[in-house]
Amino acid sequence: MGEEFQASKPIYMQIVDKIISEIVQGKQQPGDKLPSVREMAVQMGVNPNTIQRTYTELERMQIVESRRGQGTFVSENKALMEELGRNMQEEIMENFIKKMEEIGVTREQLVVLLQSYLGEGQ
Amino acid sequence: MVLELIKVSKRYGKNQALKNVHLSFETGKIYGLLGPNGSGKSTMLKLMTGLVFPDEGTVTLNGEQVTRKTSGESAYLTELDMFYDAFTVGETIEYVASQFADFNSEKASQLLTELRLESSQKVRSLSKGNRGRLKLVTTLARDAEVILLDEPFSGLDPMVRDSIVKSLLKYIDFENQVLIIATHEIIEIEPLLDEAIAIYYGKVIGRKSVESLREEEGLSVLQWFKQLAIEEEGGEQ
Repeated sequence: MGEEFQASKPIYMQIVDKIISEIVQGKQQPGDKLPSVREMAVQMGVNPNTIQRTYTELERMQIVESRRGQGTFVSENKALMEELGRNMQEEIMENFIKKMEEIGVTREQLVVLLQSYLGEGQ
Repeated sequence: MVLELIKVSKRYGKNQALKNVHLSFETGKIYGLLGPNGSGKSTMLKLMTGLVFPDEGTVTLNGEQVTRKTSGESAYLTELDMFYDAFTVGETIEYVASQFADFNSEKASQLLTELRLESSQKVRSLSKGNRGRLKLVTTLARDAEVILLDEPFSGLDPMVRDSIVKSLLKYIDFENQVLIIATHEIIEIEPLLDEAIAIYYGKVIGRKSVESLREEEGLSVLQWFKQLAIEEEGGEQ
């Protein structure tokens, strides 16, 4: 109830996306400690087992690492962090292009539209 | 800990409240008993506490039959308002503590602080939201293996709901307790649940892990419930 979730995607994946987005935005820095599973569950208003899955998935993606007895930390691997940013940019662009194509805008038109929207190429 | 309903049926007069219900619940999980009003959710909770006895089948906790005598082993939050208006919040807590051996006074005072209830306040003067909070305190402060909540959010505003959800997540002892919540507010409760159990006119029509429902079928609990209800209606005709 703290958060709103989309209907069709697993909740644990939506929280994975949220944490990645916070890392890309710099709200979570490399080396930062994430809240404990229980704290995060309370913060987000979701089941602790869901948060456990979120952390396991982030670990599998090597975005965080858990240190025994200390908690879960954001990875300090710079290359990986940059890749996260690029992936997110690509995802946003793909969505944008897909939606424009759905309403009949070709890729060529899209470039022109975007330039004119941004006030360039006039 | 395992709580089981084995082929349980219950009728009130002509009305078949529950039909051949077969369910089990285990420690460390949060279950939602979901269904419209009058579907049998409250009856199911009362059977689990031993306040209602089945006509057929049995209810067991750790292999022992649940009866009125064992009803102290589960903490049950009713839909009803059960406080004495003349008591203060503190007196209410003391009273509940005197009734249940598993009452944890330390937990109760933490919960009171967290939910911003004053011991000296008269129950009579509490807002609806604060009465809801006090009910939750008296239930969650018990170190019972089974915590049963009947419509814990009904009539409460989003802020109160939020504080209740947070307290639940903070104070449930997942190593030793199971939490079973009966509600018709499916959208609101979904993120909290491990498993959803769909109840429709006295029958269990489905049971699913919330995340696998989303992952494998791309459905939210409400969408799933609606599908089941439609199938059920179709089958009846």
